[in-house]
Amino acid sequence: MNVKSLFLASALTMTLVSTGTAMAARDAISIVGSSTVYPFSTAVAEQFGKTSNFKTPKIESTGTGGGFKLFCGGVGVSFPDISNASRAIKDSEKETCTANGVKDIVEVKIGYDGIVLANAKTAAPMKLTRKEIYLALAKEVPDAAHAGKFIANPYKTWKDINPELPATAIEVLGPPPTSGTRDAFVEMVMVAGAEKFDFIKAMSKSDKNAFKAATETLREDGAYIEAGENDNLIVQKLQANPKAFGIFGFSFLDQNADVVQGAVIEGEVPTFEAISAGKYPVSRPLFFYVKKAHIDVIPGIKEFTAEFTSEKAWGPEGYLADKGMIPMPDAERKQVAADVASLKTM
Amino acid sequence: MATENKQTMKPFSVHMNKDLQRRYRAEKRFQRCGIAAIAIALSFLALLFASIIGSGYTAFRQTFIELDVHFSEDLFKDENLAAADYAGLIKQALRTAFPEVKERRALKSLYMLVSPGAAFSLQDMVKEDSRLIGSRQKIWVPANDDVDMLIKGQMKATEAEADRRLKDDQLGWIGQLEKDGKLETRFNTTFFTSGDSREPELAGIWGAVKGSFYSLLITLLLSFPIGVAAAVYLEEFAPKNFWTDIIEVNINNLAAVPSIIFGLLGLAIFINFWGLPRSTPLVGGLVLTLMTLPVIIIAGRASLKSVPPSIREAALGIGASKMQMVTHHVLPLAMPGMLTGAIIGMARALGDTAPLLMIGMVAFIVDIPGGFTDSATALPVQIYLWADSSERAFTEKTSAAIMVLLAFLICMNAAAVIMRKKFETKW
Repeated sequence: MNVKSLFLASALTMTLVSTGTAMAARDAISIVGSSTVYPFSTAVAEQFGKTSNFKTPKIESTGTGGGFKLFCGGVGVSFPDISNASRAIKDSEKETCTANGVKDIVEVKIGYDGIVLANAKTAAPMKLTRKEIYLALAKEVPDAAHAGKFIANPYKTWKDINPELPATAIEVLGPPPTSGTRDAFVEMVMVAGAEKFDFIKAMSKSDKNAFKAATETLREDGAYIEAGENDNLIVQKLQANPKAFGIFGFSFLDQNADVVQGAVIEGEVPTFEAISAGKYPVSRPLFFYVKKAHIDVIPGIKEFTAEFTSEKAWGPEGYLADKGMIPMPDAERKQVAADVASLKTM
Repeated sequence: MATENKQTMKPFSVHMNKDLQRRYRAEKRFQRCGIAAIAIALSFLALLFASIIGSGYTAFRQTFIELDVHFSEDLFKDENLAAADYAGLIKQALRTAFPEVKERRALKSLYMLVSPGAAFSLQDMVKEDSRLIGSRQKIWVPANDDVDMLIKGQMKATEAEADRRLKDDQLGWIGQLEKDGKLETRFNTTFFTSGDSREPELAGIWGAVKGSFYSLLITLLLSFPIGVAAAVYLEEFAPKNFWTDIIEVNINNLAAVPSIIFGLLGLAIFINFWGLPRSTPLVGGLVLTLMTLPVIIIAGRASLKSVPPSIREAALGIGASKMQMVTHHVLPLAMPGMLTGAIIGMARALGDTAPLLMIGMVAFIVDIPGGFTDSATALPVQIYLWADSSERAFTEKTSAAIMVLLAFLICMNAAAVIMRKKFETKW
């Protein structure tokens, strides 16, 4: 009898709470997605909130994948209006979106982000190629003695890889597998470096899984250290340990240029100019995606995208450049801005 | 005499002395271990406090620059005061202060000395008092975070120019401002009165504090009555049978469940099933209620148990009903213990971020929440977000926010101790 009344009471409370809070219309834009785009998106949101009559958008840093999961959940006030991404939307994500009724999506490319391999200012600057970085960090590398075979990574110091490099131990602090920065690093450095070996390149066609395992698995013997998502912490650790290198976004190098320096990769110094000219090899485009069905339902979406794509925000002299985002070339900016203004869907 | 005495008692006393000494030694060792344990714990605590306060105390001060702003009438022709070009006013004032700067790039780096928030503070001033228009005012505006870092000595001015955020000409201007007494550090009120911002010099904790306050209010309003009612029923009325045993095991289990799981539960039930709005103190409070409830129930039952049975028997003996016995006698005596449990549970809820991660309270929210259904963050979440920001000035802001959170926690725990000391009944 007691159990019965307990159930009854809890059922009653549940109905009370659920009817008491009917879904209210939302008056602020809701944005989710990549932690790489977060600093730029928030800067625009703040500017937008202060200079317009709309409320300041709410921005959650969920990671690119997590953002799309929420974004593609459906249409309606309980789902986000905009998703930030540090890579283009995947086909599988598009399918999820369509399946849940999110059909018209506007893609907005906003600029570039460079990924740097940096060490402390107190140490000597390093000149590396992507092949050397691959050899330093892959779990299994091509055997120098037997062509076409893999062995567990034998390299202890940078000198082992290339006699011109210093004889310091390989020690690289980088992001964990959940991070978008890690994905981008693997794709642009590890895979690109591995493809310098012809037989690995051939594998990408013949045996996709083996190719993935060979290129995307990082060392687990202590040479590659997962240092968490916090890039500030990596910068601090590099200062304490001049022998170590760290992998992080360009904006952190930009903010801490008095204590850390970026390694020269393929002859290119990671500078604002080199990345925006597309010369620095490790850079990726950043995006945000707008749900077209929400425009005119949630106030201010059009105005927010207009603010984001205005010259004073994303231009070479804009405030996003001050935050470390690398702007696109003039022509591309013009093109994207025009597409956004006309709400061209994907 | 003494030797003789010793000799006569030898077989027994030597043995006993040895044993006694051994036991004394053991006790001393044990005590020393205890003291060492406390010393280690205290030194870790001291280290924590020293590092947080050492890197955070500077955040309570902020560098300001004095500008001679001319609110010229031409700029305020429009009826709408918000439409005036306040950033232009600041730029003009900077140009008047340094008339020798002409070139476009140099002007841009000159404008960088002042925080982008300065224009908004001018806007607020004009909104408050429109008589300012047409006048000339000396106004202190916040400096940019790079200038602030330099003045506080957290940025090296000795590095090569290319590696510094502040260039040589900017350092020159800062030096001149300092010489003229137009640059000083003051108490940073913004830190306590504003919401989050991407500009470190404009960022504050008030939004997060209010978010935490609303969440905890909901938590307290729900978990305390429910917790006390559950504890009283289980302890005083419930029959001792299989079902109540199961409930007890489950409550004890829940108290040990990692808090992220409550976040997942909150996401599934409160947001996806009930359709409550994401990122709001309402949902945050509900999730924290789930987390705090077991703690309050367990503490409540323990304090009910500590009320001696003689009180109950006496009450029943003079003809009180069972409910009268509980409400008139047992509950008042157990209340201090229950309140202590509630405060400790609330302190844990105040410091927890993991459950809030799942329900969207880890977000950039500038507007200060005005109610339970406005988007909000919480104090520990704000710390987490700032710790992840690339601007150097956020490091000290992070530590300062930790100090504020610690101050709240110390207050709450001290209140629990004081309450226990004051109302505790000794039997």
